[in-house]
Amino acid sequence: MLIKRNPNGIDLPFSSEITPQAVYEGRRQFIARVAATAVAGSALWELANRQAFAQGTPAQRLAATRNAAFSTGETQTSFKDATHYNNFYEFGTDKSDPAENAHTLRTRQWTVQIDGEVKKPMTLDIDRLTKLAPLEERVYRLRCVEGWSMVIPWVGYSLSNLIRQVEPTGNAKYVEFISLADKSQMPGVTSRVLDWPYVEGLRMDEAMHPLALLTVGMYGQVLPNQNGAPVRIVVPWKYGFKSAKSIVRIRFLKDQPKTAWNGIAANEYGFYSNVNPNVDHPRWSQATERRIGEGGLFTPKRKTLMFNGYNEVASLYTGMDLKKFY
Amino acid sequence: MAAFNPTPKQLKAIKALVFILALLPFLRIAALVGMQVPVDPVEFITHGSGDWALYLLCATLAVTPLRRFTGWNWLVRLRRMLGLYTFFYAFLHFLAFLWFDHFFDLAAMWRDVLKRPFITVGFIAFVLLIPLAATSTQAMIKRLGRNWARLHKLIYAIAPLAILHYWWMKAGKHNFEQPIVWGCVVAVLLGLRVVWRWSRARQAASSSVGS
Repeated sequence: MLIKRNPNGIDLPFSSEITPQAVYEGRRQFIARVAATAVAGSALWELANRQAFAQGTPAQRLAATRNAAFSTGETQTSFKDATHYNNFYEFGTDKSDPAENAHTLRTRQWTVQIDGEVKKPMTLDIDRLTKLAPLEERVYRLRCVEGWSMVIPWVGYSLSNLIRQVEPTGNAKYVEFISLADKSQMPGVTSRVLDWPYVEGLRMDEAMHPLALLTVGMYGQVLPNQNGAPVRIVVPWKYGFKSAKSIVRIRFLKDQPKTAWNGIAANEYGFYSNVNPNVDHPRWSQATERRIGEGGLFTPKRKTLMFNGYNEVASLYTGMDLKKFY
Repeated sequence: MAAFNPTPKQLKAIKALVFILALLPFLRIAALVGMQVPVDPVEFITHGSGDWALYLLCATLAVTPLRRFTGWNWLVRLRRMLGLYTFFYAFLHFLAFLWFDHFFDLAAMWRDVLKRPFITVGFIAFVLLIPLAATSTQAMIKRLGRNWARLHKLIYAIAPLAILHYWWMKAGKHNFEQPIVWGCVVAVLLGLRVVWRWSRARQAASSSVGS
């Protein structure tokens, strides 16, 4: 190879080989512009989608009296977060799926069949169910088994009001809640993630505890579909998955029901699943939680409280080893 | 297939394009978190970085098979960048775990690593990536000589570990769809190597018999 030396002895590229400044700057600008456009585009797309899902028919307001004794004064989670970050596998396994997909749920005509070990089995339509007892607003903490939490103003009444109506027999030791599992309304029901329908359950004394809430609304309006419309339960001292959504049947049983998550992985999801910072989930610690919407990335996690801070339920479990009955 | 051979200039453009494409997921995560779009930013960052570490790991492993099937040997020139991007996203994933899960409490992080098998295997996979990233420079390739190729065979252990990590994580929610898909991708990519090796060994055996 012929090596051409610069007369002054310094190896320099020919000026013709140097990419002109304008050209390389242009390239860099082009690359930066392409990247910026793509990022902004995908971000805007995401925002636009969220906006679209947030809209819809105006929600029906629900009149309710605040039950101060059963309400926390903590900062409430925003309506947007509480309705766009949901575990409701009937509508998909991503937490953004329910907000996108739940519009196909038909919440009228809706009936709830109540039977099993009861003297007065009945089938109630949603309007009658809603009017069965005066509606209260209760601001509860919600602790998900995944390690995050929210504060939500629910609207409903103590489940005990309904239970008394149907007069359970002496054999009734458990209450089972069965959710709707209709493929035509719930795209997620085609997946094999869970055995459908979703089933949850409580012991009778748990179900009769005044904190256990039969819920028809949140934030002063009827439940949005993705939050378990038109009727769900809320059991604030237990991990969120215990609170069955979109209930179509309530059964009173002699024996402990086979519940959805417990049936899939009993070692991870106990029947009781009381919020308990001392019993870890096998895959993560339950000692702390992230409060959704609180601060940002760098906000330290909160300490999780025993029974999610609802110590009034402790007497339900006296004498029970909660490490064994997790 | 007609061999496509990019000129050095075209190769540069392709490299720039791949560089931008592989950076986009990071920019997207950063932009959305910056605009406070994700409800749970910690989960968003953790899942996003983990997903993309796996996707880029598969892309890195796909270079050799693609090269062999298409005859596009220049694809190997993209491999280092893809490998380093794998490490980049794996590092983000680890950083999110160390920072937002444990707030740099190393003792707590270590307890977590030892206690939970899915974190143990994820952690091992990440640690094994470090020497690969560290020896990715031209100088290190020269210095290590034949050992460089031996060392970089670690990727064949890292990929199954990453799948196991994903699998066990999703097992908590009994949601195996994605782990199955990516498990199959890795199985095919690694299986091809086994088949090639096996056929090479057979060829060598038959030629030695013939001689």
